[in-house]
Amino acid sequence: MADPMRIRAQMAGDKANVRVLMSHEMESGQRKDAAGKLVPAWFIQEITASLNGKQVLAAEWGAAVSKNPFLQFFIKGAKAGDKVSVSWKDNRGDTRTDEATVS
Amino acid sequence: MKTLKVMTSLVACGALAGPAWAQVNATQGIEDYRAMLQDGNPADLFEAKGEDLWKKKRGPKNASLEACDLGKGPGVVKGAFVELPRFFADTGRVQDLESRLLTCMEVLQGLNAAEIAATRFGRGEQNNMTALATWISAESKGMKFNLPTAHPQEKVFYEVGKRLFFQRGGPHDFSCASCHGEDGKRIRLQDLPNLTKNPGDGVGFAAWPAYRVSNGQMWGMQQRLNDCYRQQRFPYPGFGSDATIALGVYLGVHSQGSKSVAPAIKR
Amino acid sequence: MQNRRETLKQTATVAALLAAAGFPQFAQAAFNKAAFDAKGVQEAITAVGGGALAESKDVTITAPDIAENGAVVPVGVSTTLAGVKQLLILVEKNPAALIATFHVSDAVEGNFSTRAKMGQSSDVYAVAITNDGRALFAKKEVKVTLGGCGG
Repeated sequence: MADPMRIRAQMAGDKANVRVLMSHEMESGQRKDAAGKLVPAWFIQEITASLNGKQVLAAEWGAAVSKNPFLQFFIKGAKAGDKVSVSWKDNRGDTRTDEATVS
Repeated sequence: MKTLKVMTSLVACGALAGPAWAQVNATQGIEDYRAMLQDGNPADLFEAKGEDLWKKKRGPKNASLEACDLGKGPGVVKGAFVELPRFFADTGRVQDLESRLLTCMEVLQGLNAAEIAATRFGRGEQNNMTALATWISAESKGMKFNLPTAHPQEKVFYEVGKRLFFQRGGPHDFSCASCHGEDGKRIRLQDLPNLTKNPGDGVGFAAWPAYRVSNGQMWGMQQRLNDCYRQQRFPYPGFGSDATIALGVYLGVHSQGSKSVAPAIKR
Repeated sequence: MQNRRETLKQTATVAALLAAAGFPQFAQAAFNKAAFDAKGVQEAITAVGGGALAESKDVTITAPDIAENGAVVPVGVSTTLAGVKQLLILVEKNPAALIATFHVSDAVEGNFSTRAKMGQSSDVYAVAITNDGRALFAKKEVKVTLGGCGG
């Protein structure tokens, strides 16, 4: 089971500023190991986010997003106390979902 | 802002040309780059892990680290980071954060300190050690360094640290001072702080543990010192050794009154 | 190897399925392999259904002038234009240009930030794909340096 994400969701005016840190190697598939072999690509491909259970975001990433990736987006019409849920799925089929409350 | 003013006046005098201009410009560019990374430091992920580990019952004694004394009393974490290294009566020695964690992990949890010290960085218990150091430093983020210096051993360790800082050796005949002994030094685009005096808020000793973006790794002070020795082509004194603790005292005392920004984010 | 026609057919099937499931806004939300494998910027944009790239002052790219290390380069893409369905980040000189795509729904602002790996100094593109398939971009040169301390 992958390590948890860190999600911060804070009201900024009439929208929620959501900042996420995900724990993931994001192996590009270009790197060679000590023996000279290519380390296979291993990276988050799909991300979704919801507000109070309703999907608000879909995104796709390639292997060139940095390791331990950061994501920032803004949800319109959110308010303090709302629940933000973020999920990711990588190219091996592993998934992770974490939640945060908008402050 | 200061850089911009300096740049402008130098250009006006016609004193800056080509490479010098490029360096000043690049320095500002790098500062901007670092500022952009401050929000959303992957060190947060290690912080979360460290906090868990502090509270988790582990080891043969199935105990947590919550009774660990980091210098301000058992279990007191807030403010402890900025007073380390310091003398501990129970072990009769000056210890830095990571060697103190070794003590607590052995005494409270029954884990094998010698084994952990011999483990390579990035493996097994060393990862847990780094996560703990990250969280503990975060609990003092923004606070000013205030190492105690009254105890005779603390004074001795400062002097030993100073000697080690200037000791040249290895095939390149380097010392710490070769890179960090004067103002205005740099390697490629990296400005090197002068660590023989107070380098200011959030610089040098005040910036570790840090997340290194170049290799996506979280490094504690022990690993930072290890790598300095590696770059000098010198053997590493050993995890939690008196030599590395003494260097920590020398650097930490110089940072007195400056703010810690650990856990930081670095190249 | 999958060609463009096959990819579009596949994407259309997924789109239909997702639309049927009640997520019409996210009809394109399956991983678009062809787009992420595309070498060049226009090639990737075409693979996500965008037309010929046109520079636009209505798209903003946020990126540093210099990145101290190419492993982590903060990049942001934003637009205030209405009728934008997708925002993308691309690095021209990377082995495959496309870094990330974000589907813009009514619930989120057209403003996304992440961090990219850059292999070398390069132009970085922020692209907005409109509902009628136009591809509007802004770009910025980001210099990537190798820092000090012996790597």
